[in-house]
Amino acid sequence: MKIEADRLDGGLGTAGTPEVTADASGVATRAVAIRAIDLSAGYGNRPVLHQVSLAVRAGEMLAVVGPNGAGKSTLLRILGGALKPWSGSVELEGRPLGDYDRRAIARRLAMVAQENLVAFRFTVLEIVLMGRAPHLGAFHFETRHDLEIAHAALERFDLLGLARRPIQELSGGERKRVFLARALAQAPHVALLDEPTAFLDLKHVAEIFARFRELRIERGMAVVATLHDLNAAALYADRVLLMKGGAVAGYGTPEAVFTADNLRAVYETEVHVGRNPATGAISVLPGGGGSPRRTG
Amino acid sequence: MSAPATVRDDAPAKLVLADFADAHLTRARMAFMLIALGLLLIVVSIVAAAFGSVHIDLMRAIADRSSADHAILFGARIPRVLMGAIVGAVLAAVGAALQALVRNPLAEGGILGISGGGAFGAIVALVVFSRLGGADLAIPVCAFAASLLSTLAVYRLAQVDGRLEPFTLLLVGVIFNAFWGAAIMLVNSIVNFYFTHSIIFWLMGSFEAPTYREVAMVAVLGTIGFAILIAHARDMNLLSLGDDEAADLGVEVDTVRRTIFVATSVMIGAAVSVSGIISFVGLIVPHIIRTAIGADHRMLIPASILGGAAFTVAADLIARTVIAPSELPVGAITALCGGPFFIYVLRREGRKSLVL
Repeated sequence: MKIEADRLDGGLGTAGTPEVTADASGVATRAVAIRAIDLSAGYGNRPVLHQVSLAVRAGEMLAVVGPNGAGKSTLLRILGGALKPWSGSVELEGRPLGDYDRRAIARRLAMVAQENLVAFRFTVLEIVLMGRAPHLGAFHFETRHDLEIAHAALERFDLLGLARRPIQELSGGERKRVFLARALAQAPHVALLDEPTAFLDLKHVAEIFARFRELRIERGMAVVATLHDLNAAALYADRVLLMKGGAVAGYGTPEAVFTADNLRAVYETEVHVGRNPATGAISVLPGGGGSPRRTG
Repeated sequence: MSAPATVRDDAPAKLVLADFADAHLTRARMAFMLIALGLLLIVVSIVAAAFGSVHIDLMRAIADRSSADHAILFGARIPRVLMGAIVGAVLAAVGAALQALVRNPLAEGGILGISGGGAFGAIVALVVFSRLGGADLAIPVCAFAASLLSTLAVYRLAQVDGRLEPFTLLLVGVIFNAFWGAAIMLVNSIVNFYFTHSIIFWLMGSFEAPTYREVAMVAVLGTIGFAILIAHARDMNLLSLGDDEAADLGVEVDTVRRTIFVATSVMIGAAVSVSGIISFVGLIVPHIIRTAIGADHRMLIPASILGGAAFTVAADLIARTVIAPSELPVGAITALCGGPFFIYVLRREGRKSLVL
């Protein structure tokens, strides 16, 4: 039977998973929000993913890292239900993804794609309000409650001043924040973010992750983000999934996975792994290719 | 970026909900705009019924049932205005829906060659069934079938690596138009010249001498189509973000796409079978409405229905008065407006809104 009837509480704060506590240290005791078991997938006859498994608990952030073509985006599309795996399964809050219809998935899981293109001149507020669609009946207009949620999402991503601007007039980084705010308006329990920081400068990268840290603590939101930047992954993620050629090359805490040997094998280049003196997080520096600058 | 909104140049004070009523579609704004467009349609229709190549006295036409004025008003003008209104409404609503589906503001039944396919189907049905009988039914059915085939073919052929490529879509449409035009000329050259007038009528698009039966047929099919499109208006909003994005927001994309393709094909088939190919209405009207009132399809679809009706009735009024007592096909008027308009939209919005 499809899970359809439940109109989520849909609102702020209380969305879902009551067993979640606001204590960030209690990660291990929380329910698994999304789980993948032995996923294999591909396009046409071309395999892209081999036997990938993962589990992300409420409030936790998993960073998916690996070189281009490692299958990171494909993995995210399968987790979101946009692509069917060849084998293996995805469980959302303990039930197979196939048990939910599209709208029921959309009330629990939000996805922000790498590119955020819009065909017509919708305003920023209209885009963010679209996040409320899975919570509304077919002919319902957004209520004041929906507007309040959109307003809060805009505010959280510092977009209030842009609310009435057409989305096309925004820069790539601003547009990314609009789509993150739209995902937030969905009031999801799980957020899937495909390269959320690709167009952002350093300040906004830090702020985006700070916002998602708040959301993870406040609402127990689980976050799965593909990231190019290993240092950001080490700094912000609870755990990392290192991929190569569609297979898992490492899965665990950044400290356990980001070893020089692992990264050298995956990226096929020399790397130096150290500690960021300011944060204590793992820091990864490229070491291959360039010749040391001569000082003599 | 921090939760208390930082002060920016464009946000002098903390903005509250009430400040954003103009930044999204509200029920009040929607009601106001639809009433305004409805009044416009009524005014245009009355003017179009009152004026024509022959002067009539409206009072006498209504009061005296035996007058020539009465015969002209009820026998010619009113069915023609009704036909213009319903066909224009269909064309504009279909244009808006197709644009959402293919995420391209330049998509339109005429431009994509869908109307051309419908006209070819109608002409073949006319030629074949005028001998066998049943042409009245066969013409709209064949027009619908050929429209649907054209829609699906254009949609398939415009996909490059699984993505709908906007310029490829328009090129495929151009090719389809040329192809159907040639196919129609081919039929024209091998059949009895008795059919030539009808064939030219379909090629040019005209509301010459419609019957109330034809008006009723398009009105019924059109109304069903409007209901389906309006029911999917929010899905169209979400489809503007992309297929995957719409699916992520709960839209059953394949089902919605199939439904809208069939609905729009039936609507175009019905319109073409009574009035031929009338291009650009579905481009001009939704574009003006989007620019003036916003992109939300919950407003755009009903506003295009009313606006398309008013626009087409006005275009037909020009078509039958500008060179009176002779008349132009209304399709010539819409194409004369639409050609330059297409270029204007392409130049102004090209790179900005053809996004995929």
